[in-house]
Amino acid sequence: MPSRTHDISLVKKDFPIFEYEANLVYLDNASTSQTPKTVTQAMDEYYEQYRANTHRGLYKISEMATEKYEASREKVANFIHAENEEIVFTKGATHSLNILAYGLCQDLRPGDEIILTEMEHHSNLLPWQQMAKQYELVLKFIPLTEDGRLDMSVIEDLINPKTKILSVTHMSNVLGTINNLEKLEQIAHKHDLIFIVDACQSIPHIHINVRQINCDFLVFSGHKMLGPTGIGVLYGKKALLEKLPPLEFGGHMVAEASFHEATWADSPYKFEAGTMNIAGVIGFGAAVDYLEGIDREQMMKHEKELTTYALNELQKLSYIEIHGPKTAENKGGVISFNVKGVHSHDVAEILARDNIAVRAGHHCAMPLMSKLGCKNSVRVSFYLYNEMADIDKLLEGLDKVNKIFFK
Amino acid sequence: MNTTYDRNHIGDRPLTSKGEIYKENILDHYREPHHFGEMSNADLKHREFNPLCGDEITIYLKIEKNKVSDISFSGHGCAISQAAMSMLTDMVKGKSIHTIEQLQKEDILKMLGIPVGIVRMKCALLGLKTLHKCLAQIST
Repeated sequence: MPSRTHDISLVKKDFPIFEYEANLVYLDNASTSQTPKTVTQAMDEYYEQYRANTHRGLYKISEMATEKYEASREKVANFIHAENEEIVFTKGATHSLNILAYGLCQDLRPGDEIILTEMEHHSNLLPWQQMAKQYELVLKFIPLTEDGRLDMSVIEDLINPKTKILSVTHMSNVLGTINNLEKLEQIAHKHDLIFIVDACQSIPHIHINVRQINCDFLVFSGHKMLGPTGIGVLYGKKALLEKLPPLEFGGHMVAEASFHEATWADSPYKFEAGTMNIAGVIGFGAAVDYLEGIDREQMMKHEKELTTYALNELQKLSYIEIHGPKTAENKGGVISFNVKGVHSHDVAEILARDNIAVRAGHHCAMPLMSKLGCKNSVRVSFYLYNEMADIDKLLEGLDKVNKIFFK
Repeated sequence: MNTTYDRNHIGDRPLTSKGEIYKENILDHYREPHHFGEMSNADLKHREFNPLCGDEITIYLKIEKNKVSDISFSGHGCAISQAAMSMLTDMVKGKSIHTIEQLQKEDILKMLGIPVGIVRMKCALLGLKTLHKCLAQIST
């Protein structure tokens, strides 16, 4: 595994996709990342060498599966500086946020308030919206400034004695904006709010320490950080997870059950009902190993260089309109833009002819898009295997778009 | 590395051919759509979305003697959805409701004359879907 200097040619060798698609320019990492060989290998090993259910069988391969499954939990716990029992495996961040909304809102009273931000992904909006309807709760939103950052000056005005929860994204999946968690945590806990962080976009890049952030809950998905799809995490402070009721009921999550009553297993097991995505958990552990094995300081420096270069070059083009922060300061490797007068899907389609993969549409953030005054946008997002040449190819592709539509 | 997956095609659609979707007539319809605009005295009106792309179309119809005597549309979207809608207005104006109800996916693809892949199919067919739903208000 590459370390010290961030050598792209070495990094790319770890990802089989670049053998199959030699000229692939993959700029859709905020949607899902690519998979290193070690991750698929770990999953294959489970399926081929010790496939069995976890925590149930008393035979050798079941014990192996259980050991590997729990080893992944420990890897993830160490990765974010948490305790093992504070890590709940879920289908992904969306699932994690549904567990939180469902569980936490049961304790709220009609009229109680939840604060979100205007830059949330639908996954950190719709679960709260549904619960707000069910329990007559009020949702409030931290507004954005002109350049796509949270307007920190008005947060305190949104809070009153009825406010109970603050749930925010660490990094915007549309604008790349990185939010000031330190400040948000101070405000949240000053007012006794439950502080939830959606780390989906940040954790693939930024070192997360839940003790330092002092969040009550934190959610993320495996598939954006080199892991398999269909696996994610709900982190919660131990005492809070113990209090939180489960969303799903069934096998494996009970302590005791009769025909009319049941009690739950301890956390995290009470949240892991049914047979879990065992291969996914094991693959996720391998993804964490991969990220632990590289020099992430160097990786982030590299990604910042890519972002700065792309921002500078895109701003030189009169037919491009960039949304959100225009510098890489407190911004991750995510850039949203429009080619003026051309729908984002047409842009993406023309780029795809040169095997350039970008996201087009509303990025599961429809309210934010309408706030920005655009129905949809093109989004490019970088990760450890991207190189400067990828951005040059993007710029060439955009020139083609401009020529096709405007001659 | 052994894979049977054809990396040069998605279904019948070649991925390597260039320039074929954004033909000049498609772009002409996109830039200057026919029958574009709201109709204040429409007999029927219906709005549809394509949530994937954010395409949006509202169709306005005047109906006389079981025929679409006039049609217009408003909205926004990608070149394919807007061009398909624009061309469709030309095709159905003056036609009987029965004839329009018979129109299918294949008719739209023939009208467009370009290869449409699985992802863009919804864009190509949004206009027809909106039109059919608009006309369905008559029978209900």
